[in-house]
Amino acid sequence: MNRIKSAFEHGKAFIAFITCGDPDLETTAACVREAAKNGADLIELGIPFSDPTAEGPVIQGANIRALAAGVTTDKIFDFVKEIRVDVKIPLVFMTYANVVFSYGAERFISTCRNIGIDGLILPDLPFEEKGEFQPVCEKYAVPLISLVAPTSENRIGMIASAAEGFLYIVSSLGVTGVRSEIKSDLRSIVEVVRKNTSIPCAIGFGISTPEQAKKMAAVSDGVIVGSAIIKYLERYGKDAPSQIGKYIKSMKDAISEIK
Amino acid sequence: MTNSKGRFGAYGGQYIPETLMNAVIELEAAYEHYKNDSEFCRELNKLLCDYAGRPSGLYYAEKMTENLGGAKIYLKREDLNHTGSHKINNVLGQALLAKKMGKTRLIAETGAGQHGVATATAAALMGMECVVFMGKEDTVRQALNVYRMKLLGAEVKAVESGTATLKDAVSEAMREWTSRISDTHYCLGSVMGPHPFPTIVRDFQSVISKEIKSQLLEKEGRLPDAVIACVGGGSNAMGSFYNFINDKEVRLIGCEAAGRGIDTFETAATVNTGKIGIFHGMKSYFCQDKYGQIAPVYSISAGLDYPGVGPEHAYLHDVKRAEYVPITDDEAVNAFEYLSRTEGIIPAIESAHAVAYAMKIAPTMDKNQIIVITVSGRGDKDCAAIARYRGEDIYE
Repeated sequence: MNRIKSAFEHGKAFIAFITCGDPDLETTAACVREAAKNGADLIELGIPFSDPTAEGPVIQGANIRALAAGVTTDKIFDFVKEIRVDVKIPLVFMTYANVVFSYGAERFISTCRNIGIDGLILPDLPFEEKGEFQPVCEKYAVPLISLVAPTSENRIGMIASAAEGFLYIVSSLGVTGVRSEIKSDLRSIVEVVRKNTSIPCAIGFGISTPEQAKKMAAVSDGVIVGSAIIKYLERYGKDAPSQIGKYIKSMKDAISEIK
Repeated sequence: MTNSKGRFGAYGGQYIPETLMNAVIELEAAYEHYKNDSEFCRELNKLLCDYAGRPSGLYYAEKMTENLGGAKIYLKREDLNHTGSHKINNVLGQALLAKKMGKTRLIAETGAGQHGVATATAAALMGMECVVFMGKEDTVRQALNVYRMKLLGAEVKAVESGTATLKDAVSEAMREWTSRISDTHYCLGSVMGPHPFPTIVRDFQSVISKEIKSQLLEKEGRLPDAVIACVGGGSNAMGSFYNFINDKEVRLIGCEAAGRGIDTFETAATVNTGKIGIFHGMKSYFCQDKYGQIAPVYSISAGLDYPGVGPEHAYLHDVKRAEYVPITDDEAVNAFEYLSRTEGIIPAIESAHAVAYAMKIAPTMDKNQIIVITVSGRGDKDCAAIARYRGEDIYE
């Protein structure tokens, strides 16, 4: 049974991104629990990569801090096993292709299955290269989450019709990071998505305020927030979890007003 | 199944964010169209001849040959091209292609600054805007090239993320391209990155081996026994090898930067010390740790200081068509000084890696055998750094 579907059964979904091991795994565990308690419907756990080319400066910083503190893929697997005892919401990994490839796709994805990871997001693995991991993901029933971007245009139908879990809609050009304004025509992207798939779609990149979240949730099934959460970790370190809990509550409350 | 497009054996591919997919698809379509377009080819050829100074000379290094006492040595003089290196071959091609595609802005990464200078030059010539990303560390090592790029009207962005060297400049250029695609072409400088770049750059650089072949046939009536070139990402090597790949009797030798030695952590010898991975849009060999984290690499040469290698080189290595050998900083600096004194040619410290290997093997070869070394660039840019390496307190 895959838990991802359940994330979209409590109104519009709030999806939180947290980099594992920034500043340490104890803090990450506290953040995950705070997020779950305060209304996060799904959590993307980032496995840090030395050279995260799809990230803006905020998440790049989290990657560097986590790696410098000594986190590894194996330590993150152990950490997920631990929190899975009490954390029931869906958890997916967000990392880069080389982290999975170097660990061995079979070994990495079978471990995901065993420890209760519900999906995998790899921003440097576009539709054309899915074959790299797709067969193994199918074997272990760990969905490989697809992304569409404002530049996808004629590709949206192809990507959406093969998508599993949920579809990640990238709101803007460029890398991750807080934006004051999101200008892309997301409504028409979602329209094409809906014609091609029945799985839920969530919008990410650039969302930080409750107002933005409301706008994005109004045209989709949920919102994904990363950099705005990581900023609390950047600023408060080990003291960030309670702040993050409060922030997530305000975001989930805002999108809950939308039917 | 993985994408079969742009594969060299298992290597290559298009491991990039979805945001960039239509950009590389559009680039591939444009390239496929223009590479056979007679008007495009005529324009490019005119630029290569009249502006860049092609063909570059194939020079018989008589004194070096006599001194080493073995194989006959020829130098392919890419250092004599306009802007001082082979980089201009690819840049003129890509800039012209970008212009045909309606792009008005070029972005590029640079390590030693040679590709940045070449891109800034082409942008100036074609009236395009230009932004060059360069590791902060390299802007210090190659301060003169930073000034040259600015003089040519380019903006130079010092990259402080990661190790602040070439790989970070590539990452930052990719990030920039993701945020601004419609008017911008990413003028990638080596045979790396996502398809179609490894193929486009190789094709534009293959003029090197095409010329070597005809020039040597004219001078010697035969093919060389070995072609030697330095390899960072591997563009001058790929260009030097390409037209010889089917001539199995020609040894193709790529010289990697071993830095302080391949048994140390201060090395950039990717084929010799790396393993297969996926990074910067391609599957290839990379220096990395057991969890796939890209390793910080080191070489005295900013242009070879890169943790990966082009996918076609990875393939040529696996099928044993080309050999990849490590050359240390010390060996390269010795070769830098040797070629300067012996032939009056100051090679780029990158190219000195190729000279160093020729110095090792030439004495073991017969006098009737022939080695061609590609001198990919000139060494003016390196003089201050080499002086400092030798303990002389010179600053630019």
